[in-house]
Amino acid sequence: MKNKRSLFAIPYVVWMALFVVIPIVIMLVYSLTTAASDAGEGLHLTFENFTGMFDYVTVFGRSFWLAIIATVVCLLIGYPVSYLMAKEGPGFQRVAMALIMLPMWINFLLRTYAWMSILENNGLLNQLFQKIGLISLYNHITGSDVEYFQMIRTPGAVVLGMVYNYLPFMILPIYSVLCKMDNSLIEAAQDLGAGAGEVFRRVTLPLSLPGVLSGVTMVFVPSVSTFAISRLLGGGTSMMLGDLIENQFLGGAYNPHLGAAISMVMMVIVLICMLVMNHFGEGEEQAVML
Amino acid sequence: MSKELIRLSNCVMSYDDEIVLDHIDLSIQDKEFLTLLGPSGCGKTTTLRIIGGFLTPTSGDVLFDGHRINDVPPHKRMVNTVFQRYALFPHLNVFENVAFGLRMGQTVVEQEGGSEIRRKVKIPEAEIHQRVMEMLEIVNLRGFEKRPVTALSGGQQQRVAIARALVNRPKVLLLDEPLGALDMRLRKDMQQELKRIQQEMEITFIYVTHDQEEALAMSDTVVVMDGGRIQQVGSPEDIYNEPRNAFVADFIGESNIIDGVMRADCVVEIFNRRFQCLDKGFEKDEPVDVVIRPEDVDIVSEAEGQLKGTVTSVTFKGVHYDTIVDFYGFKWLIQTTDFCPEGSRIGIKIDPDGFHVMKKSQYSGMFGDYSSYSEEYDEINDPTLLDEEEEDAADEE
Repeated sequence: MKNKRSLFAIPYVVWMALFVVIPIVIMLVYSLTTAASDAGEGLHLTFENFTGMFDYVTVFGRSFWLAIIATVVCLLIGYPVSYLMAKEGPGFQRVAMALIMLPMWINFLLRTYAWMSILENNGLLNQLFQKIGLISLYNHITGSDVEYFQMIRTPGAVVLGMVYNYLPFMILPIYSVLCKMDNSLIEAAQDLGAGAGEVFRRVTLPLSLPGVLSGVTMVFVPSVSTFAISRLLGGGTSMMLGDLIENQFLGGAYNPHLGAAISMVMMVIVLICMLVMNHFGEGEEQAVML
Repeated sequence: MSKELIRLSNCVMSYDDEIVLDHIDLSIQDKEFLTLLGPSGCGKTTTLRIIGGFLTPTSGDVLFDGHRINDVPPHKRMVNTVFQRYALFPHLNVFENVAFGLRMGQTVVEQEGGSEIRRKVKIPEAEIHQRVMEMLEIVNLRGFEKRPVTALSGGQQQRVAIARALVNRPKVLLLDEPLGALDMRLRKDMQQELKRIQQEMEITFIYVTHDQEEALAMSDTVVVMDGGRIQQVGSPEDIYNEPRNAFVADFIGESNIIDGVMRADCVVEIFNRRFQCLDKGFEKDEPVDVVIRPEDVDIVSEAEGQLKGTVTSVTFKGVHYDTIVDFYGFKWLIQTTDFCPEGSRIGIKIDPDGFHVMKKSQYSGMFGDYSSYSEEYDEINDPTLLDEEEEDAADEE
């Protein structure tokens, strides 16, 4: 019985091998080699790609920093929303879920372009600010003379783009954990003398940590490696790892060996982050399983 | 034993048009073991949740020590609950589960300028430790304090739930089918244990169950409920020996319930034959329900019998035989140590104290015939069936 069932896993195993394991091996090989010298005699084994990485410390730093900010903002917005959705009746749940899912049905690039036209120097928001006199008020107060607020091509715009695009991935896992939570646990806490604040702090929050952890993972990982958002909304002012890597493979700085090396380093750092987080969440995770 | 602690006065609970509790009046004494007994959906859990503060009655009052507490939230009531499926905190170990209530602080009542002021005071760690260990001692779980609760057996989890609820020294402990998930043997042990704890700690227990045996074994007072109404309140002996209507007679123990007519004081007529009984105070020729418990019937030879019938089935039960006898088309259950083979003709004799006469009620004619006995018995003995029903009822709430 067991063997027969495991046959169903074969397509997936083949898929994984072809499109996950083999590419990683290729990347590893690439990252440890350099292009053939002028003589053109194949690949050379080298650590140059990794030692040269220090030139890009600021890009690494910026990527992780912006991704962390985006993750924290997502958490601060996402947790209360999930909490409300889990507490309120099914009517509110349906509406909120539709509002969260709706943007996901629109193409990712389209959504980001939409933000561009909103944040543009003569975009929708700036026009609105002009209409309501916010810009002249600002000029009046600070004594400056600006025609628009600089929103696009700032790190803030990149974070906004990340939060907007990845917020659902924070809300959904937290919501599902909160929904599944046994209401009698909350009643038990109340019964034992806990007021609303204590119930949340001592029962709801610790029990929802597994959802928070997977939400954080699902927001942080794509945020740290994004390139479209930073290019469209950051406008080249805040280059991130994704842009850097893309540049090595498809852009002007063509050097797939360096690109592979950067990818490997990023992967390892992300992996370490996840391991550390999961270590903290382990106890709770098991508890909730039961 | 005589001081009243809790009073439910004219309590009604309804959701939309469905009435779950129909004008309940109930007085609960200090330090008593009171059981709310009834089939699922009878309103017993609702009653408990009203006392616990998780539900507010649609109308009527809940009084605690003479004060109206309808609007007091659960965390401010001096009542603690053992939940149906324990509801232990999975992220805390045994010690922290029990300590939970203590960490919430202690309510101190101070007199200030004639008015009472309640204040929460933090309990020192040393006292928390001492009180938790004391409770673990009482429920026989000393040495388990560091275990995660998820690693405990059902019976141990049950004990943690009890310790956790008792550590705050509540005046009243509410127990919602606490033994429902345990196997037979463990149930019996825990029944004894609960009774011992109740007597040791001298607090009021309000216990909800659908298991009549459990109710009889443990309670000082049994409240039988059905259809959102209280059917009868009394000691286990009263409830068993003097059931007030056919529902109570059928729900508590086994009963043959027969249509009869009261011909005079102490004379009842069934199957057109008059019998001596001990019941008085009925109208002359009043139609009544007559209860005859299966163990109060003696089997004699056909010639000697007051009634004569045919044995239709015999089941060996260990201590006795369950014998189903057909009397003039009405099937009786008789429990006897004498074996009568299927198909044999027998007579029976009943002493005057074997009859219990009840007024007619809405339940008349619904219970007490054993023609479908075997199926009914299977249902009673199938725990999964009962559990499912209970869960449905809980979900609906």
